[in-house]
Amino acid sequence: MNYDIVVVGGGPAGLAAAIESRKNGAESILVIERDRELGGILQQCIHNGFGLVVFKEELTGPEYAERFIDELSRENIDYKLDTMVLEINKDKQILAMNTVDGLVNIQAKAIVLSMGCRERTRGSIAIPGYRPAGVFNAGTAQRYLNMEGYMVGKRVVILGSGDIGLIMARRMTLEGAKVLVVAELMPFSGGLTRNIVQCLDDYDIPLKLSHAVTDIKGRDRVEGVVIQKIDENFKPIPGTEIEYECDTLLLSVGLIPENELSKGAGIEMDSKTSGPVVFESMETSIEGIFACGNVVHVHDIVDFVTEESRHAGKAAAKFVLEVKADNNKIIETEALSGIGYIVPQKVRINSVDDKLSLFMRVRSVYHDAKLSVKADGKEIYSVKKMHLAPGEMERIDIKKELIGENVGKLTVEVI
Amino acid sequence: MYNVAIIGAGVIGTAIARELSKFNHKIVILEKDNDVSNGSTKANSAIIHAGYDAPYNSLKGKMNARGNLIMGIVCSELNVPFERIGSLVIARSESDFETLKGLYENGMKLEIPGLEIIDVGKVMEMEPNLTEGVIGALYAPSAGIVEPWELAIAYCENAIDNGAELRINFAVREIQKKDGSYLIKSEEDQVEAKYIINAAGVYADKIYNMVADSEYKIIPRRGQYFLLDKEAGGLVKHVVFPCPNEMGKGTLVTPTIDGNILVGPDAEDLDMDMKESVNTTYNRLGNVKNLARNISDKIPYKLNITTFAGLRAEPDTDDFIIEESKQAKGFINVAGMKSPGLSSAPAIAEYVVTIIEEIDGSLDKKTDFNPLRRKRIKFEELTFEEKNELIQKDSRYGRIICRCEMITEGEIVDAIHRSAGGRTVNGIKRRTRPGSGRCQGGFCGPRVMEILARELSVPMEEVLMENRGSIILTGKTKVGG
Amino acid sequence: MKETLKEKEMICIVCPIGCHINVIESNESEDGYEVEGNKCPRGKIYGIKEITSPTRVVSTTVSIENAFLKRLPVKTDNPVPKELIFECMKVINEVVVKAPVKVGDIIIENILDTGVNIVATRSMNEIK
Repeated sequence: MNYDIVVVGGGPAGLAAAIESRKNGAESILVIERDRELGGILQQCIHNGFGLVVFKEELTGPEYAERFIDELSRENIDYKLDTMVLEINKDKQILAMNTVDGLVNIQAKAIVLSMGCRERTRGSIAIPGYRPAGVFNAGTAQRYLNMEGYMVGKRVVILGSGDIGLIMARRMTLEGAKVLVVAELMPFSGGLTRNIVQCLDDYDIPLKLSHAVTDIKGRDRVEGVVIQKIDENFKPIPGTEIEYECDTLLLSVGLIPENELSKGAGIEMDSKTSGPVVFESMETSIEGIFACGNVVHVHDIVDFVTEESRHAGKAAAKFVLEVKADNNKIIETEALSGIGYIVPQKVRINSVDDKLSLFMRVRSVYHDAKLSVKADGKEIYSVKKMHLAPGEMERIDIKKELIGENVGKLTVEVI
Repeated sequence: MYNVAIIGAGVIGTAIARELSKFNHKIVILEKDNDVSNGSTKANSAIIHAGYDAPYNSLKGKMNARGNLIMGIVCSELNVPFERIGSLVIARSESDFETLKGLYENGMKLEIPGLEIIDVGKVMEMEPNLTEGVIGALYAPSAGIVEPWELAIAYCENAIDNGAELRINFAVREIQKKDGSYLIKSEEDQVEAKYIINAAGVYADKIYNMVADSEYKIIPRRGQYFLLDKEAGGLVKHVVFPCPNEMGKGTLVTPTIDGNILVGPDAEDLDMDMKESVNTTYNRLGNVKNLARNISDKIPYKLNITTFAGLRAEPDTDDFIIEESKQAKGFINVAGMKSPGLSSAPAIAEYVVTIIEEIDGSLDKKTDFNPLRRKRIKFEELTFEEKNELIQKDSRYGRIICRCEMITEGEIVDAIHRSAGGRTVNGIKRRTRPGSGRCQGGFCGPRVMEILARELSVPMEEVLMENRGSIILTGKTKVGG
Repeated sequence: MKETLKEKEMICIVCPIGCHINVIESNESEDGYEVEGNKCPRGKIYGIKEITSPTRVVSTTVSIENAFLKRLPVKTDNPVPKELIFECMKVINEVVVKAPVKVGDIIIENILDTGVNIVATRSMNEIK
């Protein structure tokens, strides 16, 4: 099997990349999706709030996904469902498998990686206690509840105040469960303020910041959860234990880009993002392999995933049409004080169209601060921010002429 | 009426069942939990010890040496992965070094093959990630790693295929002595058997008390562990122990047969009424990290995928207790199976058969005993052609359910329908590993439940995680199906 | 006797800044309310709306038959009064629809006489 472009993953990133590469002239495109339908995690995110940037209206996850799925079929782009990509290599060969074709080798001219991310688990933060039924990742519970129609519990404690945790607090409440508390390790919430108001405050669900789960009780099914205040070194403070009698613990403790395939192909990775190192066009360290969406870095707003993926799709089409990137001058980006990471990590300045978009997350909450962009130590751009938070990805667009040609390093810091 | 009732379907009980199934004996295995291999067998260091550790004149010493020797044959018959990766006991002081010499001497008396005391240069060459300060080590090339629950499951499956019976959810509540037999009762059921083999792990003393005044006590000695992602694989290549102390062999670091890294255990004696306390605790997990620093200071805990605790069946008699009760004829204790219980299992099984032979006279050997367990297909390990051939025969092998461990629907369905098959989410996890990987069932959990519900013809809400009461879904939303 | 005036502290959610605002009933103000703590005029509008007639979009699911999934996601096509959310859920929970359904199809018309419809938020084909 041969394709110009193979897109691995049919969620919002893969769909946008595939459609955009078609619009930019790529002929044969294949989207490979492991689930039984396209749309990815959006299909279980039935709440609204998606699409404000891309469609200028407020949509639910499935509505947002359906617009792209419809467009994909209007563009006659091939896709395979229920199909697993087992391996990709630097020569852009893909080993995939399903029940109909069996195991197949596919040769692509370009690959777009859009596998998304997975949830961190109980194990990744080593929560002590018993290991009974009733401990769920919030996203798994969301799938059971919203797509399959099952309740995962009746009295619920939620660890993690990221958006999935907050959204699930409301969903479980609407479906008749009692959510007792949302506990958060950090001294601030990782979720959007509107979600704290509309998902917690509306239903009088308390949020306890700087708290960890330090015990899970119950041998068969969860019978209780103990949370405890933690100090600045994340150590539990003795005497602050609160035990909740409950049957369920939902975990919303972070997302990790899913890059086993990328690593297998030998793509250079960034330990800060847990995603591939990418250039301005979203090309990875292997020429012709692009990556976009949550597989590169975890986004909080799907609209930004779409924009990034369109960018990657366009670049993949260009690559297939043999418009090669100009490798002559490579600028590295670096996250300085207050910044967790920057994507892209590398910029081929001659290949930037008119402006360069930098995406980043801050490490902590700031008020009335400034994001300062420096080229080899000299400030070339800055933007005032009344509010910065780790839960909200920041984007800075810089005009190409501001950067100049002979720059070695672009840095961003919070001032 | 059965000839033999074995109480406890851990690795000891199932090994004995399989050994006895070579003879014309009507055997039943009684298990209190909802699956075999659910007690100490599912939560330990998963090591087949070389056998230099226990005193040469003890039962433990003899059983371990013999168990290790024949483990290879057993595992190949039962199609259970087993690898002799070798072990190192490292010395960090002169007194440690003296201990090593003692272990070496003891091992030589037990004829443990290939034992060698090696210098620091050789140690660091074999294991470059150890914390500095090692002065030497005892190297035992015959030590190995295995999946303990898979060994027990395989033993049980093979025993059943050779005529043994298994009753799960049979928690023994009462044993009545009758003339020449025992009546064994659970809440809902009862069986009668001529002989009882008490392989009830941490509960062995309690079971024994139902027929006699137990001469021994079994103390639940808890150990806690970290299991790291395969990405940490290669941190160590051998089983690496510190020098042993009075609480056991110490906190070790080892590869697992599946390529993960296991760190633990600590040792904590619990109260006698805490025989279900397999919970981990914040302080003790921290303690394991401290202790493991004696082995390596490069352990990447950020790659942790799960923590767990297991209970060792620590007898107050120190040695294994394998004998017919003097108070109750035909009641055979196989108790106190702390480490090296797993390593000794095949030898213990042989030994128990000789005890029964002694009581019962010569045993009648089956002519049609099949020592081989039907091969378990591990899809990921097949060649390209083999995979496609299999998918053509059964398309369910073309559908990956667990993306972390690359487990197909075909493998899961097979695990459900084998003898002693998996009927629960954790049961399937133990048999084919979906949910054992880095996402810990986040993605595949709902799919595995769907397959279990379909294959067992039960509603999704009745699919259990482990024991009765471990329901996963508490009901449906809305009206309708 | 003096009438007690309403007062409520809240977090403005118009933009990510999240101003902590205080909305106080006031006879002097022409809107009937004073708003403190807001950094922009939108905060005042939000605050007054939240204290006088807070509304929310409700998104949930209904049972569906003959489809590949057992639940169909739905939402209110306009916000409903906040105090009616659980009443709405009761009505929604009793509904069973049959595939095929198209995104935007009205599942429940004029729920609780609010003038708001419950609409499907995705399409689902019929499976045989």
